[in-house]
Amino acid sequence: MVETGHFALVLAFALSLVQMLVPLVGARTGNQRLMAVGGPVTVTGFALTALSFAALAGAYAGSDFSVANVWENSHSLQPMIYKITGTWGNHEGSMLLWVLILTFFGALVAVFGNNLPATLKANVLAVQGMIGAAFFLFILTTSNPFIRLNPAPVEGRDLNPVLQDLGLAIHPPLLYLGYVGFSICFSFSVAALIEGRIDASWARWVRPWTLVAWMFLTGGIAMGSYWAYYELGWGGFWFWDPVENASFMPWLAGTALLHSAIVMEKRSALKIWTLLLAILTFSLSLLGTFLVRSGVLTSVHAFATDPARGVFILCILTLFIGGSLALFALRASSLTAGGLFHPISREGALVLNNLFLTTATATVLVGTLYPLALEALTGGKISVGAPFFDLTFGPLMLPLLAIVPFGPLLAWKRGDVIAASQRLMAAFAVAVAAMLVTGLFINGASVFAALGVGLAVWLVAGALTDLAVKSGAGSVAPAVMLRRFAGLPRSVFGTALAHLGLGLTLLGIVGTLCFGTERILTMRPGETVELSGHSLRFEGLFPQKGPNFTEDRARFLLIGADGNAKGEISSAKRFFQARQTATTESGIRTLGLSQLYLSLGDEGNDGSVVVRLWWKPLVTLIWGGALVMMAGVAMSLADRRLRVGAPARRRKPAAALASPT
Amino acid sequence: MTRKQKRLSVIVAGLAFLAAAAGLTFYALGQKASYFYMPAELATASVPPGQRIRLGGLVEKGTVVRGSGATVAFSVTDTQKSVKVTYTGILPDLFREGQGVITEGAFGPDGVFVADSVLAKHDERYMPKEVADGLKAKGIWVESKSQ
Repeated sequence: MVETGHFALVLAFALSLVQMLVPLVGARTGNQRLMAVGGPVTVTGFALTALSFAALAGAYAGSDFSVANVWENSHSLQPMIYKITGTWGNHEGSMLLWVLILTFFGALVAVFGNNLPATLKANVLAVQGMIGAAFFLFILTTSNPFIRLNPAPVEGRDLNPVLQDLGLAIHPPLLYLGYVGFSICFSFSVAALIEGRIDASWARWVRPWTLVAWMFLTGGIAMGSYWAYYELGWGGFWFWDPVENASFMPWLAGTALLHSAIVMEKRSALKIWTLLLAILTFSLSLLGTFLVRSGVLTSVHAFATDPARGVFILCILTLFIGGSLALFALRASSLTAGGLFHPISREGALVLNNLFLTTATATVLVGTLYPLALEALTGGKISVGAPFFDLTFGPLMLPLLAIVPFGPLLAWKRGDVIAASQRLMAAFAVAVAAMLVTGLFINGASVFAALGVGLAVWLVAGALTDLAVKSGAGSVAPAVMLRRFAGLPRSVFGTALAHLGLGLTLLGIVGTLCFGTERILTMRPGETVELSGHSLRFEGLFPQKGPNFTEDRARFLLIGADGNAKGEISSAKRFFQARQTATTESGIRTLGLSQLYLSLGDEGNDGSVVVRLWWKPLVTLIWGGALVMMAGVAMSLADRRLRVGAPARRRKPAAALASPT
Repeated sequence: MTRKQKRLSVIVAGLAFLAAAAGLTFYALGQKASYFYMPAELATASVPPGQRIRLGGLVEKGTVVRGSGATVAFSVTDTQKSVKVTYTGILPDLFREGQGVITEGAFGPDGVFVADSVLAKHDERYMPKEVADGLKAKGIWVESKSQ
């Protein structure tokens, strides 16, 4: 079975070469039969990659330790769910997942792309084939998961204990769906450059793909953040770690792309910029893959002494980023520029959004790459963390967030700021009220905290104002308004929900950072600790045995105001024999939107234990807001205009779509 | 304004915005990035009290003293020099005597390094990369070929 998987992977590589060359030649020469090869080849390539992935997953599920990759990352006592998720919990397997998703998206274009102009479809599939070929070759030459061991070991070395967690099991697939989803936007852009023109179907296809990729990337980042929060036991939700930044940069650029694609679709303006942004977003996804997968972050020196993988990905990176940008430089001038608009208009607001977001992306890029460059060039070691990003990323985000509610209320082409401001008066009043209440009535609130709460409420109220105004609030009878509200396009709900979710996330961040409290203390069994009005009694340490670990579980009872127990929180120190490593399982109890978070330190000889306790107000909103943003995007995707495969209402006659050559 | 002037003013405004962002970024890199030192390097580099740095090395054997509450004192060494460190909080699971560690914080006026975070984030050899690189450069630690 494992050899079948290996063979399927080699075949998939061969097919990707066909996919990259034949349709391209067909599109160049106008040969319909050559162009038609692209579809079936893409679908077959996906089927073979899926077979290959299934073979590896099968080896993991069956604990076949004769496969080196399985031996290194699995253990026969591991629960079945972690045996399977272990398939992508390592370098080789995760790269296989990467190409699986890449070929899956390519196959979707092949199957549902019948309403695309034939040359565009052929070129898109060819570019997808190029990306696929590069990564297949990378896997086969430097990261082959199918290498056998002889003799086969009896027992595996276990999956890294911190990866034995459901959160991390679904984090990489979500993240990769996001990263790789942008490859379709990239392929469409490069295809447009090859053809030398952008037609209407380009925007209709790129926008939903951007939405899909963005939705998954948001989910992946939120999942990773929540995982770090509960698994690492530090109580933090974002560390500005290079690995986090690697996924955050494509997210920021993708957010900009999401907005400029709207202008492109609605007003056919900003064409060239949108195309460039699509290229940049996928380039940042590739950069993220490079940073995480080349080992350059673990050690610049390890990268220099064992260069096979790193240099290979660096070559892929240079080839695709350099190639696409060179093509852009050559061809962009031949693309027709789009319509004009007044600076104060919906388009103008979206341009401002793009300016802020791309600049913010650049600051994150500098903060992430500068330490690497400095170490490679001078050997000096610095760490760039929260203080740097607070000073650079923060000042860029604050004005952007403040102007978000204006955007959707401005008209296309020529807007009226004064009219929009009048409509936002109620939202502004609510935000100021929230700010004053926070500043005056909550103990220990700083000016910054009050401003943060005000800004978050402003975003939420602004999103609701948008819906109210578009339903005709204030000018029509309530019954009519309700009917109009129900009849609003889904993309309007999508925008409002996404902006509302952003406000909720901000509220969660401000609540946790500005109003959170923490205590560190040594506790003996029977002792009670008080934190922000919550009483916890330490019951003691209880040894337990799991499938592939042993643990000391500390139980705490949450005591209510009446002296009765309201519930239990438990935290544990786990020890994994196979890897001889310990992990800390934090104890979390959600109370409303807030959480009580507890983490264990060293144990004393007398049954005492060091306990670190946090009260995290509104912390669940950080990830809840991300879910609302994703729901908003899903809502936009459900809009009839964007539904892939829905008959286009204003389709150009076929003659206009034929290749100009 | 003519169309040309309009376009020019938009471009100038955009460039001014980018220049401001770039200026801020480089200012922040100079001020807010914390440099990494090993104990012996601190003798030559003058680090004023209060300036945030990262201090890395090995946790010196026999120096870990658990004080009252959750405060821990230990020394970080590169086998040539050692520096006294205090930390209040929960030490990472991988914190052990004789193994690599990175602490972040600043020197107090008494010359004791007050850490607000202790990292034992590691590769499979239980050695933070800066510490491993530093020890290798001094020839104290040779990377073993076997895993």
